[in-house]
Amino acid sequence: MKGYIHSIETLGALDGPGLRVVIFFQGCPMRCKYCQNPDTWHMKDGTSTDIKTLFKKIENYRPYFGAKGGVTISGGEPFMQAEFLLNLLKELKKRKIKTAVDTCGHYLSPSVKECLEYTDLIILDIKQATDAKHKKLTEKSLSNVLKFLNYCCSQKKKLWIRQVIIPGINDTRKDIEKLVSLVKNCKSVRKIELLPFHSMGEWKWKKLGRRYPMKGKKEPTPERIRKLQSIIPRI
Amino acid sequence: MKSNPWRKFKGKSWQSEIDIRGFIQNNYMPYTSDCSFLKGPTERTQNLKERVEKLFALEKKRGGVLAIDTKTVSSLLTYKPGYVDKKNEIIVGLQTDSPLKRGVNPFGGIKMVRKSCEAYGYKLDKKIENYFSFRTTHNDGVFRAYTEEMKKARKNGVITGLPDAYGRGRIIGDYRRVPLYGVDFLIEKKQTDKKNLGEKLMNEENIRLLEELYRQMDFLGQLKKMAKMYGFDISKPASNSLEATQWLYFAYLGAIKEQNGAAMSLGRIGTFLDIYFERDIKEGRLTEEDVQEIIDDFVLKLRLARHLRTPEYNELFAGDPSWITESLGGMGTDGRTLVTKSSYRFLNTLYNLGSSPEPNLTVLWSKKLPENFKRFCAKASIDTNSLQYENDDIMRPLYGDDYGIACCVSAMKLGKQMQYFGARCNLPKVLLMALNGGRDELTGEQIGPQINIYKTKKLNYKEVMRRYNFYQKWLCNLYVNTMNVIHFMHDKYAYEKLEMALHDTKVERFMAFGIAGLSVIADSISAIKYADVKPIYCKNGLIVDFKVKGDFPKYGNDDDRVDSLATKIVTDFYNELKKTRSYRNSKHTLSILTITSNVVYGKKTGATPDGRQKGEPFAPGANPMHKRDLSGALASLNSVSKIPYRCCRDGISNTFSILPSVIGKSEAEQVDNIVTMLDGYFLKQGHHLNVNVLNREHLIDAMKNPDKYPNLTIRVSGYAVNFHKLNREQQKEVISRTFHSKI
Repeated sequence: MKGYIHSIETLGALDGPGLRVVIFFQGCPMRCKYCQNPDTWHMKDGTSTDIKTLFKKIENYRPYFGAKGGVTISGGEPFMQAEFLLNLLKELKKRKIKTAVDTCGHYLSPSVKECLEYTDLIILDIKQATDAKHKKLTEKSLSNVLKFLNYCCSQKKKLWIRQVIIPGINDTRKDIEKLVSLVKNCKSVRKIELLPFHSMGEWKWKKLGRRYPMKGKKEPTPERIRKLQSIIPRI
Repeated sequence: MKSNPWRKFKGKSWQSEIDIRGFIQNNYMPYTSDCSFLKGPTERTQNLKERVEKLFALEKKRGGVLAIDTKTVSSLLTYKPGYVDKKNEIIVGLQTDSPLKRGVNPFGGIKMVRKSCEAYGYKLDKKIENYFSFRTTHNDGVFRAYTEEMKKARKNGVITGLPDAYGRGRIIGDYRRVPLYGVDFLIEKKQTDKKNLGEKLMNEENIRLLEELYRQMDFLGQLKKMAKMYGFDISKPASNSLEATQWLYFAYLGAIKEQNGAAMSLGRIGTFLDIYFERDIKEGRLTEEDVQEIIDDFVLKLRLARHLRTPEYNELFAGDPSWITESLGGMGTDGRTLVTKSSYRFLNTLYNLGSSPEPNLTVLWSKKLPENFKRFCAKASIDTNSLQYENDDIMRPLYGDDYGIACCVSAMKLGKQMQYFGARCNLPKVLLMALNGGRDELTGEQIGPQINIYKTKKLNYKEVMRRYNFYQKWLCNLYVNTMNVIHFMHDKYAYEKLEMALHDTKVERFMAFGIAGLSVIADSISAIKYADVKPIYCKNGLIVDFKVKGDFPKYGNDDDRVDSLATKIVTDFYNELKKTRSYRNSKHTLSILTITSNVVYGKKTGATPDGRQKGEPFAPGANPMHKRDLSGALASLNSVSKIPYRCCRDGISNTFSILPSVIGKSEAEQVDNIVTMLDGYFLKQGHHLNVNVLNREHLIDAMKNPDKYPNLTIRVSGYAVNFHKLNREQQKEVISRTFHSKI
């Protein structure tokens, strides 16, 4: 079976516990205005790769995983290729390699649900905490994301919640409180991380001949991020 | 009356024969707990440190050399005792009569000394000039014997960095023998050896060794006198830890007074001294604070060690290094760890005295090292960027559990093995010579045997390899022969009397050859094999550049297609070297290590088929070329780990740089991740890793010197990128942003 892969980063130490190989899947349903990887949007731009090739690569890094590390699947949106992902996750499980999936939470098909059974950690990036803002930023509604979140909670799936903080869009106390209110009833949430917006992806937009919607947008200061992070109750 | 110096020490066999390992194994206490017992610097230490730092600043202000004694030839007894601050020093002894004043040591070669003096505005004294006009130096000897071919290869730089004008270094005296046995016992043992040898056939080999033994004993005698000048009698064993440290330092000091070798390494003294420290603590003589103070003072003295070098030498080996390498940690062959409290105490000097390249603290890493120690090392790496790591699990089976590292990556059994340092061969240059029929690609001069220049529109892999193998064969033979000349002459005219006195008489010798430009030649051959490489000829017919069409696999991406080429290059080269017999039955070994000379070697090498421009620096050591390992840091580590240690017994150097924010969010996570990364690399059979965990100021340096930080990865919130993947503007942007936030 083959899937579309954007790239593989062999040293990831932030997308899940321990050291991780991060596999970036190609294809994404959202069109986030700040997207750092607009080159992952269209499935066909990726490299068609079979599972066997992926495994050969992953096995090369097993000695670095230690007790905590493993493989993180990111993207793009991994669940856009749920069948392929399912095969990959099953095989990883069989080989006793820990897994994490980094997702925007847009999909919840039967295959996605099956994927979750084989995933150790879900990193859910809730782009915005209200439907209006979510639609404006990503062109997709928040309701799917919440369905995904609720399903994960019902399955007691271990979750890390993330949100990118953009000045003038979601950098107020209220924004963070809203985000917390969405997830506070979910017992399996282990972490809520606020990440500062940055414009490092701008050159990719240019390269793709697209206008960068966040042009000139300032990045939040580390102090601001720290302050907002401190609002979040310890979980 | 003095108490028995060996009181409470266990074991008998080491008492009648020189057996440091036996002494250690019978008496040391493995330590597996954490660093909480460590003590900070005392006020005295801080004051002395400040004094020393002022001297460092003054030295820097004066262009890198504080002062030169141009009238005295450096040796054990030629200077009056020197002090930094006599009444406040715990460990005493300086190379000359004043701190940081450099001595002149013309035995390796007087030209180098003369040039060094002049470079710093001094003039070598007439008396010394006059004396050495009647005395043969190592350098004189070598050039008397060099063939025309050797001189040519040296001049064009295909073999380069040769130790033919100064001390060869890379020999570690077993300095621990002096405190444990006292000098008299060592002389006695050498006398017995000499007597026994005298009963054998008087052939060249035995006569030479007889004379060497005489000189060894002579210098052991001088070492006693040197210590006496400082008020110590080291003829008998040291009776407490202060004496043990002081005497051990005297032994090392004697060696660096006598020799100006590039690398003058210390060995593996921490666990040895620990036995003395723990005895003193048990006897109530010392507190933990006292012990740390002794070690701090000792390390401060080591940081004062200096040799006089020319500016050209500094271009090769930047930063005035002495490679006072101390090996810490490792496991014993019986399964107990060799980590002791003193392993921690030596690392603690990086906190008490501040981070420093010297002594060159080297952690012998094993999967089985105590977790606490692993974590402390990782923390010290994050805080100081001062540690290097080497794979004890692949060295221990070959060298046992009492080996040390000379220079950067050269392992040897202490007191039982030594090496003849063999510099390195510029392999990309060999490839270019092969294409140009033995001519230098820059000057057109005929260096090797002459064949026709390769005339073609597209380089053919098979033809290139046929040519390369032909020149490799020629070069390996020339390389071994050149080394034989150099080391014959060094033994004859600049023999390491004291360091060899601190070895067994019957010593095993290595001849350590080296490779520079591994990644360049691997990628070049890969380009020829997998892409279209068109040679570009200049007017006189030489190939001076290449046009590469299409992509090709590059070393550093964990891609077997090219990594196997790198392995083959190394293996073939090593096997070819072994075909020429080396001096004094030494064993051929090979290293992939350039230190900082990769820049100069690159400068002297024309454009290569991998797309590297003429004069562009090579990657250091076994590192992939910077900006070419684009599959993440672990892929880069994996590529290097494939180079087989069995062919590279003299070490495979890899320099790894990563941002603290990329290796983990909290410090605890960073420590965890560095530990797992090292475990992983060494499980993959990697040999050596320099670990840099870089901060802001390093980024600026990285921008100016990208080859120094080949794997620099940065996290830009959503994902991580290799710093060199960013364009210039982005790099600037990252740097300015990080700085703004700092203010």
